[in-house]
Amino acid sequence: MESVVKTAFPFVVYTGAILLAFQGVLIMVAYTVLAERKVLGWIQGRIGPNRVGPWGVLQPFADLLKFIFKEDLVPDKSTKFVYFLAPLVALTCALMPIVLYPFGPPITTIDWTFLPYGLGEGITQLPLTIAQIDVGVLFVLGITSVGVYGIALAGWSSNSKYSLMGGLRSSAQMISYELAMGASVIGVVMLSGTLDLNGIINAQASSPFRWFIIPQFIGFVVFLIAAFAETNRVPFDLPEAETELVAGFHTEYSALKFALFFMAEYVNMFTVSVMVTVLFLGGWYLPGLSYLFEVGSIPYAIASHVTFLGKIFLFLFLYIWIRGTLPRFRFDQLMNFGWKFLLPLALANVILTILIVYFLNS
Amino acid sequence: METSLAHYLALSGILFTIGAVGVVYKRNAIGIFMCIELMLNGVNLTFIAFSRYYADATGQLFVFMVMSVAAAEAAVGLGIIIALFRNRLSVDVDDASILKN
Amino acid sequence: MASTIIFYLLAGFAIACAISLVIHRNPLYSAISLVGVFLSLSCIYFTLAAPFIAAVQVLIYAGAIMVLVVFVILLLNLDDDKPLTRLRYLYAVAGGLGLALLAQTLFIFYAVMRTPQEEINTEQTVGNTLSIGRAMYTEYLLPVEIVGVMLLMAIVGAVVLVRKLNQPQLELVVEEELELRHEKEEKDDYRIAF
Repeated sequence: MESVVKTAFPFVVYTGAILLAFQGVLIMVAYTVLAERKVLGWIQGRIGPNRVGPWGVLQPFADLLKFIFKEDLVPDKSTKFVYFLAPLVALTCALMPIVLYPFGPPITTIDWTFLPYGLGEGITQLPLTIAQIDVGVLFVLGITSVGVYGIALAGWSSNSKYSLMGGLRSSAQMISYELAMGASVIGVVMLSGTLDLNGIINAQASSPFRWFIIPQFIGFVVFLIAAFAETNRVPFDLPEAETELVAGFHTEYSALKFALFFMAEYVNMFTVSVMVTVLFLGGWYLPGLSYLFEVGSIPYAIASHVTFLGKIFLFLFLYIWIRGTLPRFRFDQLMNFGWKFLLPLALANVILTILIVYFLNS
Repeated sequence: METSLAHYLALSGILFTIGAVGVVYKRNAIGIFMCIELMLNGVNLTFIAFSRYYADATGQLFVFMVMSVAAAEAAVGLGIIIALFRNRLSVDVDDASILKN
Repeated sequence: MASTIIFYLLAGFAIACAISLVIHRNPLYSAISLVGVFLSLSCIYFTLAAPFIAAVQVLIYAGAIMVLVVFVILLLNLDDDKPLTRLRYLYAVAGGLGLALLAQTLFIFYAVMRTPQEEINTEQTVGNTLSIGRAMYTEYLLPVEIVGVMLLMAIVGAVVLVRKLNQPQLELVVEEELELRHEKEEKDDYRIAF
């Protein structure tokens, strides 16, 4: 019995943590949809949804019910296997980086010896990251690259002109801006010396003047623009614009499969906001929290987590604000901008960072 | 039984075998290209297994080189396939045999 | 115990995807199976203490090379593979080659299982990014530079290969091909701008 418990304990703990994290992110995503509709409404001089519950707070649940009960259309000549696979691939690749997010500082003040069978011995801290791997940044970039498949396969398998055009354009846009996104991260990695997300936060966690947005401002701007293009949001949302391509690659998707694509887009937005916060704004660190609470205690972790969420909401609000403000790019303007301006700018940033780091260190 | 070096080598050998059979069996030029990538991945697994069991970083370095070569080969190979398609309107390798006879 | 189960699961998934790659005649299904092989191999690299190579495998193989391949398949709108009509002996060659390589694999498995093996040195971590980066730029600098030049050659070569021919040249070439196939009535279908 004891050996069974000892073998199963890590699996149970990790599964519980992953489910908790997924639930948290999905609820946040549902309320981001509501926030977008309300903020867009205020920008456009109207009130957003406010019928379902006070201030429209229950709107996401109404949307969920609508998606479940809608008729599920499958186009006749589509390739069924790939048609069903594509939204799953998109959502899975959007949700996978959640296991890497540094939700807060590790908690060191809990005494774990109350666990039976000696499971608590040797545990000194509870890290608030589910998977601590050395190469967190590369992993997130890689999973975002795999997410392109969902869109390309969706566009092709619907067997419709608009879907194919939208899918191919969207995939071409995403792979073009991945390069600029990766190149803009190199400067941050050089300054912090590690690819680990927790390590990058620790390198910034002493004062707000060490946050990498200050030395790497060009990198920050490039990453933000590339992130808008990666998540197919305005001003780069030509492939899914209603007036251009009849909703692009998800034209032929209805009901729950469309809901999966929709959720995948907002989870991608969330991922990118987390990456911007961690890489450039110091993650969960807020100056002054270490004076109010003891470092490593639970209130400190909760306050840091709330700071982290606050910074993420700032970037989600920025996404929504830009959606309400800017017009969209034409596709050739978009590709020109990505290859001919943004990528050379990111590379110039890398070279500049190399020179400055070298001369400061010698 | 515990997984040892032999298991990883066996998995790598099986992947290589399946890739080699695929190269001879398939007629589509892109299919042949994909089977070549499968063979390269089998070899990568061998390198990483040896690097782990003998604690040498050379194996992983070499895997990195193999991946770069595979990326370059993908770019040029797909360019060749597109050029072949433009001229013959098919990527069937049996149709690209004008040097024969 | 748990690591053995994980290895067999991942290995089984990799072999199943590899067999599916060879068996399917539709090139898109083959491409999806190959992505499955790459992802399961990446997980195996994680268990072999090579996190950097695992992340790079997802980033480059599954995220860039296969996206290119899927693009080409979707753009060229390729049909299923047709069975061989002229070179039937190739099936026998494939079978023979497969059996010979499989026999070699089993022999290697048997031979390596029988050699006495020393304990794995678990303290030394050679897979983390710092040691790989250090090795790349001190001991193995020349191969890294050669790889850089080779990638440049590949880029130039790919751009030259897919240059657009001048329009009259393209029409002449395609006209010839269509005459060879006696299919004059399908003239309108090939005017796709790449």
